[in-house]
Amino acid sequence: MIKQLTVFAENKVGYLSEITDLLAKNHIDMKALSIADTKDFGILRLIVDKPEVALKALNENGLLGTITEVVGVEISNKTGELSKALSILANCGVNVEYLYAFLSGSVDSAYVVIKATDNVAAEMILNDAGFKKI
Amino acid sequence: MEKRYYQKEFETMPVEKIKALQSEKLRKQVKHVYENVPYYRNLMDKKGVRPEDIKGVEDLHKLPFISKSDLRETYPYGMLAVPLSDCVRIHSTSGTTGKRVIAYYTQHDVDLWEDCCARALVAAGATKEDIVQVAYGYGLFTGGFGLHGGSQKVGSLTLPMSSGNTERQIQFMLDLKSTVLCCTPSYAAYIGESLKEQGYKPEDNFLKAGIFGAEPWTEEMRRDIEKNLGIKAFDIYGLTESSGPGVAFECEEQKGMHINEDHFIAEIIDPETGEVLPEGSKGELVFTSLDKEAFPLLRYRTRDICVLSREKCSCGRTFIRMAKPMGRSDDMLIIRGVNVFPSQIETVLLTEGYAPNYRIEVDRVNNSDTLDVFVELLPEQLSDTPDGIIKREKALSSAITTMLGIRPAVHLVPPKTITRSEGKAVRVIDKRKLHD
Ligand SMILES: [Zn+2]
Repeated sequence: MIKQLTVFAENKVGYLSEITDLLAKNHIDMKALSIADTKDFGILRLIVDKPEVALKALNENGLLGTITEVVGVEISNKTGELSKALSILANCGVNVEYLYAFLSGSVDSAYVVIKATDNVAAEMILNDAGFKKI
Repeated sequence: MEKRYYQKEFETMPVEKIKALQSEKLRKQVKHVYENVPYYRNLMDKKGVRPEDIKGVEDLHKLPFISKSDLRETYPYGMLAVPLSDCVRIHSTSGTTGKRVIAYYTQHDVDLWEDCCARALVAAGATKEDIVQVAYGYGLFTGGFGLHGGSQKVGSLTLPMSSGNTERQIQFMLDLKSTVLCCTPSYAAYIGESLKEQGYKPEDNFLKAGIFGAEPWTEEMRRDIEKNLGIKAFDIYGLTESSGPGVAFECEEQKGMHINEDHFIAEIIDPETGEVLPEGSKGELVFTSLDKEAFPLLRYRTRDICVLSREKCSCGRTFIRMAKPMGRSDDMLIIRGVNVFPSQIETVLLTEGYAPNYRIEVDRVNNSDTLDVFVELLPEQLSDTPDGIIKREKALSSAITTMLGIRPAVHLVPPKTITRSEGKAVRVIDKRKLHD
């Protein structure tokens, strides 16, 4: 399981850069960012190198954040690999609430972050199917 | 056209005679209250006023004020001036449990109140030939029972619809050919819009007049209601503390509401100092009930800000007129006809596990009140999906609906977006333009 930094913010002009600036100022390395928003608010999901430090920095600046556990796996850069992982989960009755991907540093694979209805089961199933944890 | 009154003798009484009548009744009422309500006797003693010091209306200013906090303090029976067994009815304001104001009525009090409502109905053109649809809520709220009683006194056929169920309201209105509608102005506007949506033209209904009160409304709203329903819309004023609707009512001139001065004395005071202001000044409206037996409030501070005028009215009534109240001097909001206290919303937030950091925004869109509540989210309440947040908003909206009786739109917001460290939190923003 890996730690995702979840941030809740009002959906107004500039809110995104306010958060990324703050992280940069605190020397936090951002590896991935995904946004789910409505017209009123945005939920930012971030993978960073120091999630606890990042959370503290956010809180100190009046921003609302939390650490969410998510499943991170390495998926090789072959056609149909992600689809294979998802159908395995579906076949086992595990629903994916959201997912997003980021670069692994290798050209042959990508990292995929998955939030499942049952993260523990999801991680186990994917490992058994040969997908490497990150 | 011949002028019609319900009780002509009083409604057109020369002003000097009204003053004499008020003086006589006031002397008796002060004695009654002093002898039967220990709480009030104590207030008078503290101020050093004896019943015999009050010889007439000119001495009224010597009496202490009564305010809502006195009524809360004496809840439930501390203001009762007759044996409880002589009472036949109780009504109440809405409000947080334990903070409601309870009003009690003897049969005489109910009769007097219904007479006041009958005067309002007759002034709006009601006769025994009319069919009066009462779409105010029936229950502890005074609106339904007050107009109902008044309508029966006039001899009109009375339809006790109560509020809500608009489809049925419209069906009965058209099938039974209602001619007078009584409800809150926002509900009248809503019924008008619904009729229009269903393809009915104003001339398709049989209504000729409406009596609308219990919440603030504008002249613009009056014009819309009149246009959509094809009627003449009359304002009515009253408080549970003073019986209910009917303390003051509009005549065909539609220029302020005549106060039933044979039963009530109205004063305008400076809300800060309590000083009585001369006629024509803007200030807080204060009422003294002259005839009520069970719950006779003397110098009750309404918190309504308005102006009185003794200017002669072409309708022939000599009673002083009050302008539509232009605001309230305390924090109560009337939203869709319902009394709402910010403290009620705060109570829900605390029981639902939220911090009491919130902002209430009230507005009026298409003549209907909107209520938006902004609440700060706590870290442990944060969800990583929008659905999780929206679910929380819906659950909180339902909890507030249960408390208030009206549904707000709840918006969860990040911390510090409401309470700013640099200044006082503005909790209530009322955007309704009521000062036209
Ligand atoms: Zn008049």
